[in-house]
Amino acid sequence: MRILVVGGGCGGTIVANNLARRLSGEIRARKAKITMLSASDRHMYQPGLLYVAFGQMMPDELYRDQASLLESCIEFHVDPVEQFMLDQNQVKTKSGKVYSYDILVIATGSRIMPRKIPGLEEGAETCYTEQGAVKMFKALREFQGGKVSIVVGVPHKCPIAPVEITFALHDYFTARGIRDKVQLKYNYPINRIHSIENVAKWAKPEFDRMGVEYETLFNVEEVDVENKIVKSMEGSEDKYDLLISIPEHHGMEVIEKNGLGQDGWIPTDRFQLTMEGHDNVYVLGDTTNLPVSKTGSAAHFEAEVVAENIASIVKIGTPVSEYDGKVYCFIEAGHDRATYAMFNYENPPDLKAANKSMHWFKMSYNKMYWTSVRGLL
Amino acid sequence: MSETKIIDARNTYCPGPLMELITYMKQADVGDTLELLSTDNGTADDVPEWINKVGHEMVSSEKIDEVWHIKVRKAK
Ligand SMILES: Cc1cc2nc3c(=O)[nH]c(=O)nc-3n(C[C@H](O)[C@H](O)[C@H](O)COP(=O)(O)OP(=O)(O)OC[C@H]3O[C@@H](n4cnc5c(N)ncnc54)[C@H](O)[C@@H]3O)c2cc1C
Repeated sequence: MRILVVGGGCGGTIVANNLARRLSGEIRARKAKITMLSASDRHMYQPGLLYVAFGQMMPDELYRDQASLLESCIEFHVDPVEQFMLDQNQVKTKSGKVYSYDILVIATGSRIMPRKIPGLEEGAETCYTEQGAVKMFKALREFQGGKVSIVVGVPHKCPIAPVEITFALHDYFTARGIRDKVQLKYNYPINRIHSIENVAKWAKPEFDRMGVEYETLFNVEEVDVENKIVKSMEGSEDKYDLLISIPEHHGMEVIEKNGLGQDGWIPTDRFQLTMEGHDNVYVLGDTTNLPVSKTGSAAHFEAEVVAENIASIVKIGTPVSEYDGKVYCFIEAGHDRATYAMFNYENPPDLKAANKSMHWFKMSYNKMYWTSVRGLL
Repeated sequence: MSETKIIDARNTYCPGPLMELITYMKQADVGDTLELLSTDNGTADDVPEWINKVGHEMVSSEKIDEVWHIKVRKAK
């Protein structure tokens, strides 16, 4: 059985390592083979970008060599896929090579699309790329006072980031002793301050205590860079001195170009995690079209289900498990407190008050991530 | 006349039904009808509020067997 994993990020790496362990006997007996194709020889711990944007981590701390994270029996090539030929069970890569498979796993992630909004790329800071996070930190460092506005595009990965960034801004300017000179304004797309009702209920009094202003039903339509005004589809305007954005995301261009899913989101069965109409194609992580948070956490839990099912298909010819929508997200409530949200398709999260020990747990997880993607945690 | 696009946002807590609708509304063409399925009772108020504020069109809203079926049309 030839298993081809496309994407060497959070989801792809966990699937490949988990499978390598489950199928070690079959791999040794040459009855199964795992190949991974990725676009980079490095693996980035993306949640660390949030710390880079506040000068608390250096960019080089976020990377490991991808090959060093993989079980030695996994064949790994940095050769991005350019063509998916699902009817022939083949993909073609940038180098021109054709790879055949029996089971395909797609975990190519997502990307920010600031250019979809006029003025957003030039007018706003964002911490969603390495370059952006460094630039955002420099902008924050130079900022001496005025109004900081936060805007959020839909859809976007890490749904907790808007509130985390806002809490971090409050703590950052407080630590610099200029919080009284900074007005913080949080703008959010739906009619409460977070998509998860219990997070919204928890964050509102925190915002009130910190003096953060907020506007809901604010979907960015345009940024007037010259006059520093951000305009919403709903007809309101927000004048800022510094604009911070979480831009709208799409899946990767290769997904859309190959007609696998509009805007790069692949239609996926919410329980089986197979691509609609293709039982031998599994999809996980950001690139699914599932109504599930685009998080490393979702990618991790999905990867475990996908690996269990592919292994059982190899061993007994049928999948055995279903994804229940599980997500576990840490929520940093500033620079020294945190809480978490855990939920699945059936059960909403029940939020606890933020505390210091959860913050230290998150700081430890920032290191433990590397154990987690190796499939050891 | 294009077909109605079904958005299955039943049993989801994050990003949730309205976020799902906003995502698909961006992908749709003017004149397209979208039908949002939601098990969250708040959706029945949240969606019309957003639709009216942005200037799209509410087509219908009904609860069948504990599932809200909310039809909207992209107007601009
Ligand atoms: C600022 C920030 C904060 C975040 N905070 C959190 C958090 O606190 N908690 C949390 O759970 N998540 C968080 N996330 C989200 C998390 O990082 C992503 O959801 C997760 O990485 C998604 O995993 P994935 O495997 O789908 O995609 P990725 O990890 O992005 O991996 C995609 C892989 O596909 C490869 N690829 C791309 N194109 C091709 C191609 N054509 N062929 C082959 N390979 C290709 C890439 O090189 C990459 O290796 C955060 C993200 C950001 C940006």
